[in-house]
Parts: sequence; structure tokens; C-alpha cells
Amino acid sequence: MSGAVLILGAGSPMAREAARLLAQRGEALFLAGHDPLELERLAADLRVRWGGRVAVGRFDALDPASHPALFARVLDEFGELDRVLMASGYLGPAPAALEGEEPGRILALNFSGLLPMLGLCAAHFERRGSGVILGIGSVAGDRGRQSNFVYGSAKGGFALWLQGLRNRLHGTGVRVVTFKPGFVDTAMTFGKPGLFLVASPEAAGAALVRALDGGPDIVYFPAFWCVIMALIRAIPERIFKGMKL
Amino acid sequence: MDLGTATARISGWGRHPVVNGRMVRPERYHDLAALPGTLARGLGRSYGDAALSQDGTLCSMLRLNRMLAFDAATGVLVAEAGLSLAEIAAQFLPRGWFLPVTPGTKFVTLGGALAADVHGKNHHLDGCISAHVPWLEVFTPAAGLRRCGPEQDPDLFWATAGGMGLTGIIGTVALRLKPVPGPWLEVVHRPARDLDQILELFADPALDAPYSVAWIDCLAKGARLGRSVLMLGRHIAGEPGAPFPASPRFELPCDLPAFCLGAFNVRLFNSVFYRINARKTQPFRSALDPFFYPLDAVGHWNRAYGRRGFVQYQCVLPEASAREGLRRILEAVSSAGSASFLAVLKKLGDAGRGFLSFPIAGFTLALDMPFRGEATLALLRQLDELVLQGGGRVNLCKDAHLGREAFRAMYPRLDAWLAVKRRVDPEGLLTSSLSRRLGLTEGA
Repeated sequence: MSGAVLILGAGSPMAREAARLLAQRGEALFLAGHDPLELERLAADLRVRWGGRVAVGRFDALDPASHPALFARVLDEFGELDRVLMASGYLGPAPAALEGEEPGRILALNFSGLLPMLGLCAAHFERRGSGVILGIGSVAGDRGRQSNFVYGSAKGGFALWLQGLRNRLHGTGVRVVTFKPGFVDTAMTFGKPGLFLVASPEAAGAALVRALDGGPDIVYFPAFWCVIMALIRAIPERIFKGMKL
Repeated sequence: MDLGTATARISGWGRHPVVNGRMVRPERYHDLAALPGTLARGLGRSYGDAALSQDGTLCSMLRLNRMLAFDAATGVLVAEAGLSLAEIAAQFLPRGWFLPVTPGTKFVTLGGALAADVHGKNHHLDGCISAHVPWLEVFTPAAGLRRCGPEQDPDLFWATAGGMGLTGIIGTVALRLKPVPGPWLEVVHRPARDLDQILELFADPALDAPYSVAWIDCLAKGARLGRSVLMLGRHIAGEPGAPFPASPRFELPCDLPAFCLGAFNVRLFNSVFYRINARKTQPFRSALDPFFYPLDAVGHWNRAYGRRGFVQYQCVLPEASAREGLRRILEAVSSAGSASFLAVLKKLGDAGRGFLSFPIAGFTLALDMPFRGEATLALLRQLDELVLQGGGRVNLCKDAHLGREAFRAMYPRLDAWLAVKRRVDPEGLLTSSLSRRLGLTEGA
């Protein structure tokens, strides 16, 4: 493909590593996120190292009214867009909050706030008859657990949305990929107790690029999470509801 | 986002001492502004307690490693302090640029290299790394983000270069890279049967080279005391594609038992090493990596010294006292039977302007010793005494045991450094295990 790659939530370590690999092979990139100053530093790094075309813009999941302008800017900047990587996400201090504003915030930043932007991309790709949309879900979205179920339900909802989109776009030439990471060594997990088999963002970035290039509709990263989550999903609810996970 | 905090047992590269500490790891540049009193830590290659803070909080810089600008006309690279020298060299060597100064490992960060004001095999010509830094940005505890350089707030700059991270977190560094004709060196070796001969070789104008270092056999005694091989290198042109591995070729997966580097094995290694390298008296071509970074080929080579770890002792003696001082140091080390392989001797050029920078004109000796408790401490005290008598000093980024009085006597520009420390950190928020041991941040 020749068009640009749009990375939303480009400041995340996984997205950063994916961007590095894409820039290394000469792809044009549009990095969008809530902290454009930080993204300017990332873009500068890619330009110094690989000399490619990198543009930066502000993406705010809490401000859907700004999404059409951002989308127009991306097209304006590169002429054509053919892949989107949605890496925006937010765990926050209370991923299982019952009250207050946090549940709504978690839902918006991991799910509902992402849809207007992805919807614009999906409609564009559907009209063109080609494109790739990759969304980062989470293994936390595969089953509701007391420790993080608000975050998990947002990620699970996002995975369902991607699934429905995949169904709708089937046969149009547009691929929709759901990428479900387990633990990755980022600020989200740094210093948290009880984590195991933590993967590096470098490996995650490489897996993201592979998933963009082709392969299955649903990608667990690292792959063994596919087995772990299959087992966890297989536990009958009457037993699962009493478990401390 | 709130930064997660990890608690861990942390040590320097020598794996001695080991302390309890907390660590944060920011992923955004402006996070650094919210961490006053937090000591920066890079790749953990300082040997002793420079990048440790017992019960304190360290700031891992490894996620702040972006290149921000490169000017091909001047060679100035601007980058975040968590970037490793290995990445810089791997990226720029194919474009015809190399590090202006590099220590004996490429697995150090730019910020760590500046904080220790590292020198390399070209110190006699090119000085320390700070001599190639037009400016840097440092997040000071009380004065906020400051940009400084030899022209702009020079006091802060010369207190930060070599300041062991104690003036603040170095965030961004501008480094003037050096143009090289190709990714190769021409290397030549000269054997020396004893200390007198190696000092003569260093003084011989016919052997002037941009890079020079001597490997010295610290276990050789008597007439062979100071037996060494002088290694000289210069950049040469050649086809591209010289290997420059970005990661170690081989990992030492676990601690070796202590006897592996016992005196017998090291004596054997040293004899073989001497015989092989003393023969290479004809110029030969070498890639940069094996000449500058012989030990980088083995990941975690520090595990070879076993669980108790080791200390590296590096001192410099002024030329006038070097012959006598080095002889007495080598005698003390060889009679203690404290095994050390790959000990190095090098002639240093004039001192730079960093208030706490290590190099002064003379000869520097660096050697590793397995840590064996009180016996090692006694030897270190004896060596410190010999260095003091000779008017020399020890290198803080290797050190773990120097006492306060000896430190003050060795670093006469301490008062100038303390004046800057008082300005940017009047409450003394930013400390390290090293600064508390040396009294560096008391009375600041």
C-alpha cells in the first residue's frame, strides 16, 4: 500500500514502537494523540533516524466534534490514507470504579470516544473499497472481573464494535483487526504487583506491524494469551463469580 | 498519567553495594518537571553507588530516548538523555559520524555519560565528553528547567558535567558528533615488558595516535611488574558495512561461581592475552566495536564475578608522581593477589573545566577486583592513600568506598561545585548514596 498510516494514541509505548518500525521502512505517518508537544518529539525522532514523512495532530477522544477536522487534515496532509491504528486507551487509578465520573471517563477514552474518528475512517475505506483498521483491545475485555471491569467492559465493548464493523465491511476489501495485548511493560503496568510474563513494547510494536500487514482478524499478544483467555472464558459463571481475579 | 513506582533491590554495574530503592519511569518529557529530588538513572553502568539512592526514588531515563534534531553541517545531534551511545553510533556510523568521545562501553546513556563526564581513548587530544556539548537541559530541583552550556550559565554547565546527576535530571543534550572517513580503524599493538617501558611508549612521539590505551597485567610481579600491551588506533576509510552490533552477541545467563575469576584463572588469561596481543605489531584493520568495546560482546559480564560483585578502582596520578605511584599501586594489587583482568592504563590530557570531572593530566589506571569484604576494603584504603600521596584522584563513577576527607583532598574545585548546588537545590532535595557517603550534599 502506498498511502499513509494514521496512528491514534501515538504516544503509547506500543504505538511508538510500531511507528518506529513503519518509519524505518519508509511509510508516511500521521501521529495523533492528546499531547501534541510530546508527539512532536516522537515525530522528530522518526525524521532524524529514518528521514521519512511524519505529521502530528491533536486527537481528543473526549471532543468528538474535533474529529472531522482532524480526519480532513490527515487526508489533506498525505492525499490518501489507507491504514489506521487505534492505540488510544486509559486505565486510570480506578479501573473498577462504581461511582463518580471515572466510569464515564474510562468508557469514553477506551470505547465511545474512539468511535466517531474510527467511523469516519471506516466510511472512507468503505467508499474506496480498501484499507485496514486495527483497534487495540485488551485481554481484560474478554471477561468481566472485579479488579478492572469498568476498563474491561470498555475494551470488551470496543472489541464487539470492531467485530460488527468487520462483519459489515466483509467483502468490501477493508480489513478490521482486533489486537488484544496481555501485560506489556509500559507506564500502565510499571511497578504493579502480581504481573507475569510481561512483554516488551518493542515486541508489541513488531506484532502490531505484522497485524497491520496481514494475518488473522483477532490477534492475541503474546500469542499464549489466546489459550489463557480461552480457559478463563470456559469457566462456568457460577464458579467464576466466586473467584478472586 | 500518574507514574507507577516499582520497588527493587538496585545496584550499580559492580553489583556492590546493593540497596533498596524505588523507581519511576516517565514516558513523557514534561513528566521530568514533576520529579524534584529524584535521581536520574540510565543504563546502570556506573560501577558503585553513583546511580543509587538508599530508600530514595530513582528516575529511569530509558523511555526518554528520542533524537530531536541533527544538523549535518555541524554534526550536532540533539537528543533526550535516555538515548544510549550504542544507538547513536549504530544510527550515525553508516552516515559517516561517530561519537566524539566514548567510554569503554557503548551501553551508557547520553545523560549518564554527561553526569560522569566520561573520557575515552582519545582524551589526550579531545578531552571529556563535555568538551563536545554545546548545551544541555537540566531539570533542577529548585530552579526548574534550565538550559546551560559553556557560554550560557557556564557554572551550572560545569557543575552538571561530572556532577553525578546531583544538579538535577539532565533531560536533553546537544552533542557534536565527529566526522569519520569510514567504519574502520587501523590498529597497531606494542608490547611492553614492564612499567618503565610502557610509560616510555606513551611518551614516544613516533607512537602518537588519536586513540591509545594499554592493557596491563595486574598480576605480573617483580621484573615483569607493569607488563602491558599498548594499543593504538586511528580512523581509516574503507567499504561500508563494518559490523556494529547494537546488542551483546552473548549473554552470561547467571552468576558464575567466585573461583572462575580466581587468581589462577586470571593469571592464565593474562598470559594468553599478552602473548596473543603482543604479537600484533603490524598495523591491522579492525571494526570500531571490538577496539572500543571489547567487553560489550558479553551481556551481563558483571555476573562473572559471582554474587558478591566487584569493585572497579580507577585512579589518575599526575605525570610527575606516576612512575613511582603506579609501581606502588601495582605492587599492592599484585601482592594482594586481587585478580583483575583487562586492567587498563592510559595517558590523560589536561583537565577539563568540569568542577568534579575526573581527568587530570597524567596516567590513569583502572582495574576490577572481586569484592571480598574487609580484605577488599583494606586494599582500597591502601590504594586511596597511595593516590592521595601522589596528588591524584579516584573516578567517582567507578567508586563505592572513598571517604569524605580523601574525596575533599582529591577534588579541590568542590567549593565551586557546592556553590552551584546551593543555587539550584538549596534544600538539598536531590541526593544519592554516593553524595551522602562523600558528604557532597551536606552543607550545600
